Amino acid sequence: MVTQPPIIIIGNGIAGITTARHIRKKSDVPILIISKESRYFFSRTALMYVYMGHLKWEHTQPYENHFWKKNRLDLLEETVTTINPALKTIGLSNGTELSYAKLVLATGSIPNKFGWPGENLKGVQGLYSKQDLENLESLSSSIKEAIVVGGGLIGIELAEMLHARGKKVTFLVREKSFWSNVLPLEDSQMINRHILSHGIELKLATNLIKIIEDENGRAKAILTEHGEMIPCQFVGLTAGVRPNIDFIKNTSIASKRGILVNKYLETNQADIYAIGDCAEQQEPVEGRRAIEAVWYTGRMMGETLAKTIVGEKTAYRPGHWFNSAKLFDIASQTYGWVAAHPDENESHFHWENREKNLGITIAFNKTTHEFLGINTFGLRMRHEIFDQILTEKRSVSHVIEHLNDCNFDPEFFTSYATQIVAKFNQEHDTNIRLKKKSWTRIFTNLITKE
Amino acid sequence: MKTLQKFGFGIFLTGLSLFCALIFLGQYQLTPEKFDKLITEKGIKSELFIANLNANVVNKTFSGPFDFSTKIIAALEEANTIHRKKREWSKVIWDKPHSFSYEVAKKAGIGSIVEHKGMFWLLTFGLGILGSLLYILPNVITLGPPGIKNNDIFFDSSTNRGFLGWFVFIFLVAFYVLLYFFPDYIVNWTYIVDPISKRLSGNLASQWFLYGFLYCVVMMVMAIRMYIKYRNNKYQILRTTSVLFFQIVFAFLIPEILVRFEKPWYDFKNAFPLDYDFFFSWNLNSLISSGGFGLFILVWGIVLTLVIVPVMVYFFGKRWYCSWVCGCGGLAETLGDPFRHLSNKSIGAWKLERWLVHGVLVFSLLMTGFTLYSYFSGASAVFGIKTQTLQNIYGFLIGSIFAGVIGTGFYPIFGNRVWCRFGCPLAAYLGLVQRFKSRFRITTNGGQCISCGNCSTYCEMGIDVRAYAQKGQNIVRSSCVGCGVCSAVCPRGVLKLENGPLANRTHLPNFPLGNTLDN
Ligand SMILES: Cc1cc2nc3c(=O)[nH]c(=O)nc-3n(C[C@H](O)[C@H](O)[C@H](O)COP(=O)(O)OP(=O)(O)OC[C@H]3O[C@@H](n4cnc5c(N)ncnc54)[C@H](O)[C@@H]3O)c2cc1C
Ligand code: SF4
Repeated sequence: MVTQPPIIIIGNGIAGITTARHIRKKSDVPILIISKESRYFFSRTALMYVYMGHLKWEHTQPYENHFWKKNRLDLLEETVTTINPALKTIGLSNGTELSYAKLVLATGSIPNKFGWPGENLKGVQGLYSKQDLENLESLSSSIKEAIVVGGGLIGIELAEMLHARGKKVTFLVREKSFWSNVLPLEDSQMINRHILSHGIELKLATNLIKIIEDENGRAKAILTEHGEMIPCQFVGLTAGVRPNIDFIKNTSIASKRGILVNKYLETNQADIYAIGDCAEQQEPVEGRRAIEAVWYTGRMMGETLAKTIVGEKTAYRPGHWFNSAKLFDIASQTYGWVAAHPDENESHFHWENREKNLGITIAFNKTTHEFLGINTFGLRMRHEIFDQILTEKRSVSHVIEHLNDCNFDPEFFTSYATQIVAKFNQEHDTNIRLKKKSWTRIFTNLITKE
Repeated sequence: MKTLQKFGFGIFLTGLSLFCALIFLGQYQLTPEKFDKLITEKGIKSELFIANLNANVVNKTFSGPFDFSTKIIAALEEANTIHRKKREWSKVIWDKPHSFSYEVAKKAGIGSIVEHKGMFWLLTFGLGILGSLLYILPNVITLGPPGIKNNDIFFDSSTNRGFLGWFVFIFLVAFYVLLYFFPDYIVNWTYIVDPISKRLSGNLASQWFLYGFLYCVVMMVMAIRMYIKYRNNKYQILRTTSVLFFQIVFAFLIPEILVRFEKPWYDFKNAFPLDYDFFFSWNLNSLISSGGFGLFILVWGIVLTLVIVPVMVYFFGKRWYCSWVCGCGGLAETLGDPFRHLSNKSIGAWKLERWLVHGVLVFSLLMTGFTLYSYFSGASAVFGIKTQTLQNIYGFLIGSIFAGVIGTGFYPIFGNRVWCRFGCPLAAYLGLVQRFKSRFRITTNGGQCISCGNCSTYCEMGIDVRAYAQKGQNIVRSSCVGCGVCSAVCPRGVLKLENGPLANRTHLPNFPLGNTLDN
């Protein structure tokens, strides 16, 4: 009897691992997970905490080491270099060929580089992989002044990391305000102020021109477009990521920026799927982008694909957009869409408490008053409730009225709901009365879920 | 700021070194008058012992407690052996040798420590407190703005089982061993708190008074550290204030004041079976013999365990006791906070926990059953097992070794809740109620978890919080003491401790929220 070829998953990030786990829940097929970065699945989102000393490496691993064997998930620490869809085989860098029954591409991202002079010098790197973290750690003791280039979430994390280890950090942001392609101006400015308050040298509207090398081939300074020369021993390049698909480019698997998939996460080749950061939706679900390089997307695609693989063909239909981040000490959450640059139909309501670094921005339709989305800073909101509000297309006044139900701050935290409602009423000439928190309402919302 | 902190640390170390040095100092002289007094007070009938002491100890001056104690214990054991052989039971001195030697030493101390108690208090406790505050207070500035303050925890040798951690471990274990088993070596420590004890209860300080006082001081200083570290989190601040209040007022002041009014020493918040000797005959007798007040305590103790504890757990979870009231929990949450991440999160540890903690609960209940049976029937043994033996084993293994030496001594190695997690019978009882009938849960916020692992790492009870959160499931675990730190360190605001309706409390969704998988 010939042994059945396994389902091979390339990439042991959140997307690949979620697929494997959910297949295993329903089926006994052999599964092989190949990844070069680390033997065991770890949480990429926790890289920063290892560098700051909050966690040790082992804490980033959501499953104990015996989990894999117990669940018969075979692990292989290798690099896949070729794929042959016709023969249903893959080739490893050590020359081995392996057959697969189905192939899942979950290869994640790699940091963007824009051809800056000096971008490959010693002391210049991105922050994506375990190796990046190890590199940074090995350089760390020789870093006094650091530059971070690129004003997104990984950039601000890297700035916080270096700052926590006592480095003097200069943070170069191309836009006029931090993350202003995602955050509305007032939200973004709030974060600018917060970054500055930590003693970070924040340089807005500043492009990197080149990185200057010392006699040992290590970065010693950078030059900005304003002609400013800033000495440094480290340059972090965090100007976004792109799908990690270079080795797929020369196969028959169709790709553009990412690997092209239909709504079933199928590529153009039979029995080959792509999920997570590396996948590009040919026809994105309404309101979603074709490539979403976030943790949650990888997880959701993994859940969906597992269903398809065990025989219940399921389309990828992410629910309402949500996200979260931590910007130094300000934790933020997003439910639905709040446009950075709202069009003429979208109105924003913004409330802020400067002293406490708290704020919310609510987006709603100007004419129908339908609630569109919310950004919160320093305040926590209930995901379930906002998910339902979005599904039911509730109005902004419904949200304002039920702020107490929505709130998810820890017990005893000061409530700002009254202030928020008052400000809303004043600005919109309304007379909304805040409702008391009701367990029944919160709870019925939860039950209607399943 | 950093220099100020170093200076403070230096002062703290000076105070601590002097405190340790005190053990080796001091002089002891048993005068004939003191000895006579002791003989009458303790009702000593052994002429052998009296003769031995008169020959070898009385009127001689000893420096340091060791030689003195050795002589006393030798005399006691020699006399006891002979009396036992001759079956002269009334002459045997039944006290534990080191406790007996402690009582003699407490009377016999002379010299500068005894004469300058206040000054020595200042040099030890005083410097210790001052130094710690100088070390802790600048954190308001050095830690930066309010937020999650866990930088460098795994780089620091004291909080990452490094050299300093092991040093603290050895120190704490040594302290508990002395306290429980060699009180005669630490008589000098009790002298320096005599004046305070006098004021409160009217008596000289025992080693237990010293321990109670030290406990309060340590908790107070470390509570200030908590206030600064968690100043972004009101739950932590209120909870810390609450445990501090219950420790100082209920565990320390009220019992001492009760003694002043000739009532039994009683800590009103210490519930059976944590208070394992509540039903011991000596306690029952003392309560019954102290009239209406004693009876009130008796009834209160029973109602506390049978009614108040479970009802409160139903409404608020076990946390109302373990993280808001309990003294052991109080120390764990203040002195122990820097070590909370050292708890073991493996499934193996969870298994061990369930066996051990429920085992101790069963043991404590069995022992109490035996005790009560003996109390009412007068039989000293049940099924051929001596009640006294059971009590002794429990007291030694659980009461002293587990709760003290391991429970606190091992903070820097196994984390701060070893006792609460693996040993406390009350926690086991509260846990059963919490698991099966309580409104308390930690709510997971839909699909927001990014599996970073901060919650699990900082869970002092070793709960793998992330395992639930990343599945979108609420956390309901019998061991959860509701300290709220998972919620405080979660960078995504995923966790919230709350009391809500029972239905669906442990609901496990097929997938975390966000995915629409109903094809
Ligand atoms: C520092 C940082 C912080 C982040 N924080 C957040 C956050 O807070 N919230 C959020 O939503 N998202 C966050 N993200 C993004 C999130 O981590 C990614 O979207 C997610 O990890 C992608 O998962 P994935 O499974 O698609 O790919 P990956 O996690 O990248 O896994 C792909 C794996 O495949 C391996 N691989 C690739 N090619 C091959 C090959 N040919 N052979 C063998 N192995 C291969 C790679 O080495 C890698 O191990 C963060 C990312 C970073 C870097
Ligand atoms: S619940 Fe919060 S702290 Fe825990 S793993 Fe998830 S995101 Fe991290």
